[in-house]
Amino acid sequence: MNDINIFLILAWVVFTIITLGGALGVVTTRNLFRGTIWLMVSLFGVAGYYVLLEAPFLAAVQVLVYIGAIAILFTFAVMLTRSLTQLTDRYNRPIANVVGAVLLFVLLMVGVILPIWFTNEPVDPAIINAQVQDTRDLGEALVSKDGFVIPFEVVSLLLTAAMIGAIVIAREVEEDEKGKRA
Amino acid sequence: MIPLWLYLMVSAALFSIGTFGVLSRRNGVAVLMSVELMLNAVNINLIAFWRYLTPTEINGFAFTAFVVVIAAAEAAVGLAIIISVYRSRRSVIPEEADMLRG
Repeated sequence: MNDINIFLILAWVVFTIITLGGALGVVTTRNLFRGTIWLMVSLFGVAGYYVLLEAPFLAAVQVLVYIGAIAILFTFAVMLTRSLTQLTDRYNRPIANVVGAVLLFVLLMVGVILPIWFTNEPVDPAIINAQVQDTRDLGEALVSKDGFVIPFEVVSLLLTAAMIGAIVIAREVEEDEKGKRA
Repeated sequence: MIPLWLYLMVSAALFSIGTFGVLSRRNGVAVLMSVELMLNAVNINLIAFWRYLTPTEINGFAFTAFVVVIAAAEAAVGLAIIISVYRSRRSVIPEEADMLRG
């Protein structure tokens, strides 16, 4: 354990508190507008993990796309649906679901994480010092035929279709149009 | 570096919290927010495994970018459906959206 490790672990603790605290805020808050703020806090913590894991491009994407776009979209949805007024009955069967979630966590810990507990990977210094793929490599992989050009095109098409579909679904039907449909 | 299992533990906790939210929240918007938490847990897992096990390959990195795109599409369509249901039913509770029931 050298000094850098201690700073890294401190950063990890801070991001863990931010991420899990924000997540608990999302699932427990009564006021959904505050829920969206908690969601932004949690997503910001996840961006911190990306920085710790040496993926700065994804950290930027996380802030731009998740906090800048998706969380704002949730804010709009909360305001458009007046969810603030429905403050009663937050949960369906909360006790059973808490037990289920805790059981899921225990299952994941025992099944996946306990086998590699304290193994302190990566032990191989070659892996630590290996050339980490960076943003330039991601850009090249997304358009190379040996890489991800087909998934890239498919996901672009999917996003376009989803956006058009969202506009069509959420569009307010005009009065004269309504008469035609009915 | 920080051991891998710490990241996996956070990811598992985030996923469990998201699962609880999806199963138990009555408000449709809150359910979608919990889904976003679960997707973020998956992303942490992908990036952690990529960084610790195969940092010289681009796969985990690229998959995370795709998951972000899918999450954006899912949020847009989900919220559009919720707003549309709210217009006709004046409710954002998923159980009350039963227009397709025969």
